Amino acid sequence: MNKYEPVIGLEVHVELQTASKIFCHSSTTFGGDPNHHVCPVCLGLPGTLPVLNRKVVEAAIMIGLALNCSVARFCKFDRKHYFYPDLPKNYQISQYDLPIADNGYLEVQDEDGNPVRVGITRVHMEEDAGKLVHQGTDATTPYSLVDYNRTGVPLLEIVSEPDMRSPREARAYLDKLKTIIQYTGVSDCRMEEGSLRCDANISVRLRGSQTLGTKTEIKNMNSFRALQKAVQFEINRQIECLETGRRIVQETRAWDEIEGVTLATRSKEEAHDYRYFPEPDLVPIVISPSWIEEITRQLPELPDARCRRFIDEYRIPAYDAGVLTGSRELGDYYEECVKIYPQAKTVSNWVMGELLRLLNDTNSEIGESRVTPRQLAEMLTLIDKGTISGKLAKEVFGEMFRTGKDAEMVVKEKGLEQISDEVSINAVIEQVIASHPGPVADYRAGKDRALGFLVGQIMKDTRGKANPGLVNELLKNRLR
Amino acid sequence: MLSREVVDHVALLARLELSEEEKERYTTQLSNILSYAERLQELDTGDVTPMAHVLPLQNVFRHDVVGEHLPSEDTLANAPDRQGNNFKVPRII
Ligand SMILES: [Zn+2]
Repeated sequence: MNKYEPVIGLEVHVELQTASKIFCHSSTTFGGDPNHHVCPVCLGLPGTLPVLNRKVVEAAIMIGLALNCSVARFCKFDRKHYFYPDLPKNYQISQYDLPIADNGYLEVQDEDGNPVRVGITRVHMEEDAGKLVHQGTDATTPYSLVDYNRTGVPLLEIVSEPDMRSPREARAYLDKLKTIIQYTGVSDCRMEEGSLRCDANISVRLRGSQTLGTKTEIKNMNSFRALQKAVQFEINRQIECLETGRRIVQETRAWDEIEGVTLATRSKEEAHDYRYFPEPDLVPIVISPSWIEEITRQLPELPDARCRRFIDEYRIPAYDAGVLTGSRELGDYYEECVKIYPQAKTVSNWVMGELLRLLNDTNSEIGESRVTPRQLAEMLTLIDKGTISGKLAKEVFGEMFRTGKDAEMVVKEKGLEQISDEVSINAVIEQVIASHPGPVADYRAGKDRALGFLVGQIMKDTRGKANPGLVNELLKNRLR
Repeated sequence: MLSREVVDHVALLARLELSEEEKERYTTQLSNILSYAERLQELDTGDVTPMAHVLPLQNVFRHDVVGEHLPSEDTLANAPDRQGNNFKVPRII
């Protein structure tokens, strides 16, 4: 379907990790008893007034800076009106025409690995809504249970330009955005817990056309995989619409994870008339250059800069640097280990190989690893000293990962110490030669491959513990 | 003159159920109010910055500190219906 070009923009909501809500002192703690973390302000009771949490403004400025936006000198809040039971005031406090930051970008890689800029239209602050659980059926009486714990939890809405051209690029954008936000520490960005949510605006047009096609908005994508699949489905659906001469309707569609399709949602046109006006209960925010400077100083090294530094400083391949800086914690782990054991590429191989594989297998994260960077460094030193072979090191590492024990202790307990004394190895060599006269004769007749077989037998008889270099050398001497 | 469609639309947005007679009456009244307010359009506001707030205040913040929550019985005291500690309302999709 190369005739058409997809045009994708994403709207992302991120829950900020503050202790209290955006406009009141209620706790933002996730879960707990329904309607427990609430107060008169977030319940929207008459006579209450919101007061802005300073930390929310600081987090918003930080994200604005991290996304290369210009931060507003002056901004304000507005009321967005709609009736829905998840909103006790019947309006949401949000930002309309003067968002806290706009006009930024982030960089992702396209299919060929070339950098592509995705524009960030705006970043604004708003309050989250409550949680509804729909129950009952049409046959009985359908009803909804409302929990306002989440009402008033601070959100940032980050809107991209329609700059993405494939489902893969959309996913790469969300992935990069998540990584940047996690680096700043303002949110944990857990999609499965709802602290990172994503809607997609999608249209297709004839390749080469400059005008945009009619777009649809896709909601309800709860994972990175779902995003990629939903966007792909919607692109295909729209192309088929056009190819069969049907019209694309501008509408909101929900991703159905089980069926793997997007479905039109029933929504009235009027629902989109939000009647924004300035929030009279909150005063404007003026952001001074010195405030911006102060937050710029708090900004940590961000993933792109760190990736470039890893390449320069540690001389590791770009691919390694990309993987290792994929999360702040992983990068920290790597750097701590290299500090103790400075062979950067070896550390990279182990972190990207065994460590990530085991974390993946156990569905855990780097922060939960029982092997500390120091312990990994010590194990690598044991390989260098010849105490364990590189091959057995994987077994040692697996045990360290399971138990959290030091490498040395694992080696001792499991009797995995490498055999490097010539007398013991020679004894095994004699046995193997005696029991495999055929391969011995082959090798002497010039068939080099037979040596590998004999080495294999020796390693097998020593349960992999013989020093392979030494085995090779001694065996060759013996057969000369 | 305000159209009847606009009055219908505004009534729907405000979830007001109006009789024909009321719609008739409000169409006239709203038109009068709007044309009165429209007189402001005659002023040249080219040099006036839009007002974001009536008070000359800015940057009023609170610290990020958790305070006391409302006891559940108070929270749910005026609930039209409840199930456990949840508000229970008619389902709206
Ligand atoms: Zn509250």
